[in-house]
Order: sequence, then C-alpha cells, then structure tokens
Amino acid sequence: MTNGLYLPIIVLLLAAVAFALTPLVLAWIWAKRFSPHKPGPSKNAVYECGLESEGDAWIQFKPGYYLYGIIFLVFDVEVIFLLPFAVAFTGFSIGESLAMLVFLLLLVEGLVWAYQKKVLVWT
Amino acid sequence: MDEKLKTELSRQGIFATTLQDLYNWGRKSSIWPLNFGLACCAIEMIATTMARYDLARFGAEVFRPSPRQADLMIVAGTVTKKMAPQVVRLYNQMPEPKYVISMGACAISGGPFKQGYNVLKGIDRYIPVDVYIPGCPPRPEALIDAFMMLQKKIEAQYLTGEDRPRHLNAGEPSEFLVPRFGAHDLEPPQNPAIWKAPLVQISQAGTDESRND
Repeated sequence: MTNGLYLPIIVLLLAAVAFALTPLVLAWIWAKRFSPHKPGPSKNAVYECGLESEGDAWIQFKPGYYLYGIIFLVFDVEVIFLLPFAVAFTGFSIGESLAMLVFLLLLVEGLVWAYQKKVLVWT
Repeated sequence: MDEKLKTELSRQGIFATTLQDLYNWGRKSSIWPLNFGLACCAIEMIATTMARYDLARFGAEVFRPSPRQADLMIVAGTVTKKMAPQVVRLYNQMPEPKYVISMGACAISGGPFKQGYNVLKGIDRYIPVDVYIPGCPPRPEALIDAFMMLQKKIEAQYLTGEDRPRHLNAGEPSEFLVPRFGAHDLEPPQNPAIWKAPLVQISQAGTDESRND
C-alpha cells in the first residue's frame, strides 16, 4: 500500500533526473561525434583575462579589517536592541532588566577580549 | 535532404529538418557577443543593444563579460599596438565556435591612424575576421547588417565534409599567435598564417576576380 503511494514520486524523480541528464549526454555525444576538442594554453588558463596573471594566488591576507568589521557588526546589531531597551527602561521588572544587562555584559566581555588580543590596534 | 522534397512536405503540413539545419539554427539564433569596446565604435555598439535598435531581436543581446561564455568578438574601435596582444588573447580564450566582426575603419585597417606609429593596421593581421563593417563609426544599422550577414554565413555552414567550418575541423587551430609588445613594434608584426600583404598590381586593377568577394 505504502509503496503504491510513493510510486508517482519515484516516477517524477526519474523524469527529473532524465530531464537533467539527457541534454548533458546529448551534448557529450555531439562533442564526440562532430565537435573536436581544442584545448590550448590561453583557453586553459585559470583566469580569463586579456593580460596574463602574474604571481601566486596563495598569499596570506591580513585579517585585521575582517575582525574589525565583525566587532563593528556586533555593536551595530546591539544598538538595535539598546534603543527599545532605553525607551522602555522604566517599565521593566527586575528579571527583564537583568536579562538585558547580561546580554550587554556578554558583548562587553567580547569587547574586552578583543581589546586584550589587540584586535582594535591597527598596525 | 532534398530541398524540393522539403518544400513539398511543408506544403502538406509536414515539417522536416536535418541535424545540420537544427544546429545552424541554434547557433545563429544565440550569438553571444563579448562585452568589450575599444573606442568610439563601442558607443555605437552600445546604442545597437539599446531599445531604439534592439539587437535582442537577433538573439544577441546577452553581452558576456567573460570570453568563456561568448561566441562573438566585436572588435569595436581602434586597436592600438599595446592593446592588440590582449585582444588576441581574449579571442584565444573564447570557446569554439567563435566569430569576429571587425567594426569600423580602425579595426579593419587602422583607419585615420593608419599612417601613425602606434595603431595596429587591422585586427585581421592576428585573428580571422568573419564580417567587416566600414564606417567611422558605423551606424547601429550597419552593425545589425553585419549580424544578419554573420547569421547567413552560419546558416550556410556544413556539419561534415571538407567545407566544414574551422571549429568542426580537428586539424584547424583554435588559438592564434599572441603578439608581444616589443620595443619598436609588435613581434611579429603580423601572423603569417592568417594574413598576407595584399599584392597590388596596378596593371591588373579591376581584372582580378579572386579579390572581389
């Protein structure tokens, strides 16, 4: 019974796979039959450009800006929470205030950590 | 397939075709040009793609910024000797089948800068050109005319046999010599396999039938 229920899905699955593979197979057969393979040094170059690439792509990047950007983003998002927090400050119960202060503390801890790691110093 | 039989069948409501026709139809209806311009001709090329002239009618509106996705190189403008190696290398990086339209006087022969020291005297010295459009710059209508001419050329190509185009012939090259920008000129100044200096004989002017194509 359950097998019968899944039969249409299997048929659709096979149709989908065939739909994707048929053009690829046809193109492959066409290339074999008619269109010869013509590689070359320019065509096989890693980067397509009128100028030849110089140097090595495997170089080390300075992560300074990335870390700076991440820290900025954290505080950017924090501001979104701080604004409603400040507006509704007088209406909070103790528990709500504590929860928000813990959230702030976590972020400040992160800032202290970054400061100690000298991430904020741009050298 | 016999043309008469085909016409007769289509009169009876039966559409017959051949692999070759289908293949050529597909190629001519989706010529994707390489997105690059060299000089003022490029402005006319841009105008051709815009709404007023609407190159999209010919299936050629998709200008690709990468040579790996392009079929057609429109050499639109002055090819300086410093730029020529890059143009040839970009052509080499395009996959087969690939076509070239030489647009404007500069790309054909150097144009008004022919007597100068820094302009290549025609891109056909390095890469095979399919259609030439004269003009300085050619109007968008002229570029559209070149497109239609190229489509007619593609339509008439054979899939097999001795007359088949370059990309179907394993013996023909797909990449061409990239010149080097030397101290005094491009090295070599032309690709001898592609281009030979035209032989001018005044006494035979107007009688040489072979050069009237």
